[in-house]
Amino acid sequence: MDRRSGKLDFEITDQGIDVDALQRRLESGRAGAYAAFQGWVRNHNDGRDVVSLEYEAYGPIAVSEGERVLAEALQRFNLLKVAAAHRVGHLDIGDCGVWVGVSAAHRGEAFDGCRYVIDELKSRLPIWKKEHYAGGDSGWINCVTGQARQD
Amino acid sequence: MLTNDGSMIGVTAQYFAVFREQAGTATESLTTGATTAAELFAEISDRHGLKDPIAHCKVAINDELASWDRPLSEGDVVLFFPPVAGG
Repeated sequence: MDRRSGKLDFEITDQGIDVDALQRRLESGRAGAYAAFQGWVRNHNDGRDVVSLEYEAYGPIAVSEGERVLAEALQRFNLLKVAAAHRVGHLDIGDCGVWVGVSAAHRGEAFDGCRYVIDELKSRLPIWKKEHYAGGDSGWINCVTGQARQD
Repeated sequence: MLTNDGSMIGVTAQYFAVFREQAGTATESLTTGATTAAELFAEISDRHGLKDPIAHCKVAINDELASWDRPLSEGDVVLFFPPVAGG
């Protein structure tokens, strides 16, 4: 895979995501565009006040499937480099839970490739989110509805 | 339920996130007549009261994502993933 060529870089981490360091990995003299996306922990969901959350991942498959998504994006959108990182563990409001960055010759490819990566990561990686609410209760989020589960 | 030749096999099931909480365990050894991952999912859903429809879930066998109709073999480690919610 392109990881060996230094064109893609995916990681699951229980540490804060170092956006500056990741962005530097995308630099290329051929790049005319850089696009990035950050997912932040917000203080509400589905009408509830969220105070923090936990991400759980199954690492071996989250990493292999994440690298597959990045390799697809490189090829489909003619990107120069692509990198992404997803947090696991406890996160507070405002923390960065996921980061995606791409470099390309032109902005169209960069925007499209970045959008593709975040959409595919969200739907394909074995990662789960549990929200903690102001009332002290918590709930796993159902990705199909975006709402806390009722079971 | 029995395999085609009527025999039972031994597999390991692993549960994640809400499935782990509903099953009350992260892993268990099972002796089953299920021939596919889908049949085993039906079996464990019944036993542990898992409510998610199979179409919203994923399965991995021996650390590789698999299709639900994949046949099971003796000693397989079967990972059951509830609906994902990354990002």
